[in-house]
Amino acid sequence: MGNKSAAIEGWYSLDEERPHLIGTQCQSCQTYYFPKQSTFCRNPDCQSESFEEVPLSRTGTIWSYTNAGYQPPEPFVAPENFEPFTIAAVELEREKMIVLGQMISGVAPADLKVGDKVELVMDTLYSNEDGEKLIWKWQPITGATS
Amino acid sequence: MSQDIAILGVGLHQWGKWGANFVEYGVKAARDAIADAGIDWRDVGFVSGAGTVRCGYPGYVAGATFAQALGWQGAEVNTSYAACASGSQALAAARSKILSGAADVALVVGADTTPKGFLKPAGGYRPEDPDWVRFHIGITNPTYFGLYARRRMDLYGDTQDDFAAVKVKNAKHGYHNEYTRYKKLFTKEDVANSVMVADPLRLMDICATSDGGAAIIISSLDYAKKIGKGDAPKIAAISTVTPTFAGAVVEMPDIATDSAVAMDARSFRADLPKKAYEEAGIGPEDISLAEVYDLSTALELDWMEDLQLCERGEAASLLRAGETTVGGRIPINASGGLACFGEAVPAQALMQVCELTWQMRGQAKGRQVEGAKVGITANQGLFGHGSSVIVKR
Repeated sequence: MGNKSAAIEGWYSLDEERPHLIGTQCQSCQTYYFPKQSTFCRNPDCQSESFEEVPLSRTGTIWSYTNAGYQPPEPFVAPENFEPFTIAAVELEREKMIVLGQMISGVAPADLKVGDKVELVMDTLYSNEDGEKLIWKWQPITGATS
Repeated sequence: MSQDIAILGVGLHQWGKWGANFVEYGVKAARDAIADAGIDWRDVGFVSGAGTVRCGYPGYVAGATFAQALGWQGAEVNTSYAACASGSQALAAARSKILSGAADVALVVGADTTPKGFLKPAGGYRPEDPDWVRFHIGITNPTYFGLYARRRMDLYGDTQDDFAAVKVKNAKHGYHNEYTRYKKLFTKEDVANSVMVADPLRLMDICATSDGGAAIIISSLDYAKKIGKGDAPKIAAISTVTPTFAGAVVEMPDIATDSAVAMDARSFRADLPKKAYEEAGIGPEDISLAEVYDLSTALELDWMEDLQLCERGEAASLLRAGETTVGGRIPINASGGLACFGEAVPAQALMQVCELTWQMRGQAKGRQVEGAKVGITANQGLFGHGSSVIVKR
């Protein structure tokens, strides 16, 4: 163990202190993309094919939230004892987009409200013989997690 | 110039989990629709099938599959696949054929046999597929329904009790409908006692998948008059518009919305009926009843607002006042909705039109909306597919 790697390669930095999602930005109309888009811009009025990789905002506000009360089917990798986990849709102000992700464990839907501030952290999605597979999760900024 | 076409006949196969070949359901529905129309199968000049992707090759060419099963008679044929809007796209194709004068009478038919358990994507490591990514992270279809429902609670003060009331209402509506799968007068306690799937939604807040089949016979107004059916209900509009960039709401199967840096964010669900109202030349104030896609109980309330049947955030107060129950001011899902049917994807949007047809004729036994003049449907599925159809007397 102790060997950490990304569950989805190239989608986020593994920076322990200040991790961030990696998106792209159209060099013509400035539209952001996550997951990364690097071929054709999807803005119907933009003909650009030029994109640059950019770090996305590490913080945002909760647009809404829910949980997974049932164990999701594959390709979700379920632990031996499934515990419900919380999921948030987070609005990034600069990018004007909403990104989904799990909340860190210990945060229940009842602890959250639309508009709460959260920040992005790296956490374990699952572990296997290769080590820990990391994914982005959202964490309340106030620290009022329990 | 009038874009109206006549609905001569409708038919359904009962929804359920029958496990038979989907073709059986479609043919039963089609034969009922043909009989209801009072025409001969050989009078049909265009067969428009709604495809299914779960039943092998016959499902991909559903139009031809149904035409063969009904007996090849040389009609022109079409198949449309558009996730939950497959039925509406098949209907739109048939309407175009009729309005262009290339056909007088068309059969539109969709049916499905659904597998048991979760629908899941193919395995392996496939991060280029958004459907794979979201399941890998643990995001299922109910996740999205839960997000929409929680947002209503925080923004508008809706409660889990309100969502349960939608289920109770639709169960009451569907109880007398011979074609529904679930015929039980569920109570709020039944809903509250079911397991939590995607907070705040419980198992009974979320619709199941079902087997089912639906068919509609449509014709030009001239043809309808010629066979003495000049007073048949009419289709006044079909909207199958795509979303408009940038999408404001995170939708299945995406893990992020479009960025609205360059263009203002817009709601797909609100745009769908707008096109239908414009095409029909009528407004929300003219609507007698609506059949909406209640994939979850809370989503029914979103649809009411997207259809402009009330102000944003006001749907639950209409529900509480009984206005959305048959007998109220604007009944929603008089058929029983997806809550009572479960979803049979290619048949579901057609089922909504069948219900409106019975309502316009005054034939909706045990759930008739008195004096129904105009009805609207709303439906939405994966990858930017959706539809809204307006039926009038």
